[in-house]
Amino acid sequence: MKFRTVRRHFRESFKTLGRNGWMTFASVAAVTVTLLLVGVFVSIMLNLNKVADDLEKDVEMKVYVELAADEPATRELENLIRETPGVAEVVYSTREQELDKMVKDFGEDLKLYEQSNPLREAFYVKATEPQQIASVAKKIDEFPNTYEVVYGQGKVEKLFNFLNLGRNVGLVLILALLFTAMFLIANTIRITIVARKTEIGIMKLVGATNSFVRIPFVLEGIWLGILGSLIPMIAITFGYLEFYDYAEPRLRGEMIQILHPLPFLYIVNGLVLFMGIFIGSWGSFMSVRKFLKV
Amino acid sequence: MIEMKDVYKKYSNGVVAANGLNVKIDKGEFVYVVGPSGAGKSTFIKMMYREEKPTSGDILINETSLPKLKNRQVPLLRRQIGVVFQDFKLLPKLTVFENVAFALEVIEEPVESIRPRVTEVLDLVGLKQKARMLPTELSGGEQQRVSIARSIVNRPKVVIADEPTGNLDPETSWGIMNVLEEINQRGTTVVMATHNKDIVNRNRHRVIAIEGGLIVRDEVGGGYGYEI
Repeated sequence: MKFRTVRRHFRESFKTLGRNGWMTFASVAAVTVTLLLVGVFVSIMLNLNKVADDLEKDVEMKVYVELAADEPATRELENLIRETPGVAEVVYSTREQELDKMVKDFGEDLKLYEQSNPLREAFYVKATEPQQIASVAKKIDEFPNTYEVVYGQGKVEKLFNFLNLGRNVGLVLILALLFTAMFLIANTIRITIVARKTEIGIMKLVGATNSFVRIPFVLEGIWLGILGSLIPMIAITFGYLEFYDYAEPRLRGEMIQILHPLPFLYIVNGLVLFMGIFIGSWGSFMSVRKFLKV
Repeated sequence: MIEMKDVYKKYSNGVVAANGLNVKIDKGEFVYVVGPSGAGKSTFIKMMYREEKPTSGDILINETSLPKLKNRQVPLLRRQIGVVFQDFKLLPKLTVFENVAFALEVIEEPVESIRPRVTEVLDLVGLKQKARMLPTELSGGEQQRVSIARSIVNRPKVVIADEPTGNLDPETSWGIMNVLEEINQRGTTVVMATHNKDIVNRNRHRVIAIEGGLIVRDEVGGGYGYEI
């Protein structure tokens, strides 16, 4: 294609944006609303993912040692646990340390137990794959000198299931939103195209190629997509910065952290812009196709 | 130049608009296509610039078979054919000059050759003075002349006119005929579907009469032959 033609297509696509005034506004508004929703959803999803990862990483099991086990037996159990496939980390905790934790959690009253400590020694074990925690726990449970393995049986699985469900639902919602946006844009552009049916017909009759007719419309769709993604990008950027400033100090020291604005905002805004361009160009590509069969 | 071989066309609603057409039109000819409404004139015309495809049979334009033509090759065919319509089909927001230049822009002619060429054809159809006007500021006859200018601006070998005088009064129609005759004099083949008895009877040329999808008469220098 000649450079002059490319220039013509650009000029033409800008001209029609202005000429279609209200239709342009309607399309941009449709894209804006959808992308805003998509952007917010994606932000929530990514943070949910992060939280889920944090939670998963934090899931550990506690292995209580038999009271009868002496020092060498406890060392032996520790080695057995370390050698179990799927175990990432093992931390030993004495009876005294266990009591200190209890005191910290439940209050000074428990200090009375310092005289005769009823607690057991314990190992805190993390699995390499949080999803495998159940099978690892089962193996450890069978070792001699293991009194009990505790990891919130049932609850962890439920949490994982819930998080997975959340991710899938979010994904489906995002896809549905994108589909709606595409449909809206395709329809809006179709209306502007119907108004220019004669023009397209004449272009075809005097021998314009399909791509020559199509390119200005596709460009127009791209501009609509870019214009429509501006407000969502600005809103998401400022909104997330506000949210981060609010939430981050409150979560400091907790296991759960939300994503730092960088590179998070680059990713989300890039995604929003890309989707704007994609739905805009694809929408007009599809709607102009029908009118090319002259 | 143009040749139809056993052309048969049946629309999806069951109407048979061409029932075995065989015709040959040579370079430089002027041909009227006449016949009552619904006889298949428009289909005959539309198949020549491939707005319609025949159900069976072959249509050749300059040795190119239209039914076998791929969709993406159609634009190249159309550049060899100028089409004029009863309702002019001008773009209302463009000036006379721009309407004509449009036909050259879409086939990516160099800018420097567009201006002189458009001026030349506007001069030929007698509208050089009105180049900056909008179609709505012109009379019907003038609009049709713009449409003819647009159809010939890229020097097609054939001009196909579908009832070019259908919307015009007799006086204006003669103006249009003069332009078409002039184009034909310069060597362009002209195929014109018409209902205008006076024109066919006065400017004698070859007449192809179509009825019920069949050519019932093909006569050089014949008259209109129908009483309306």
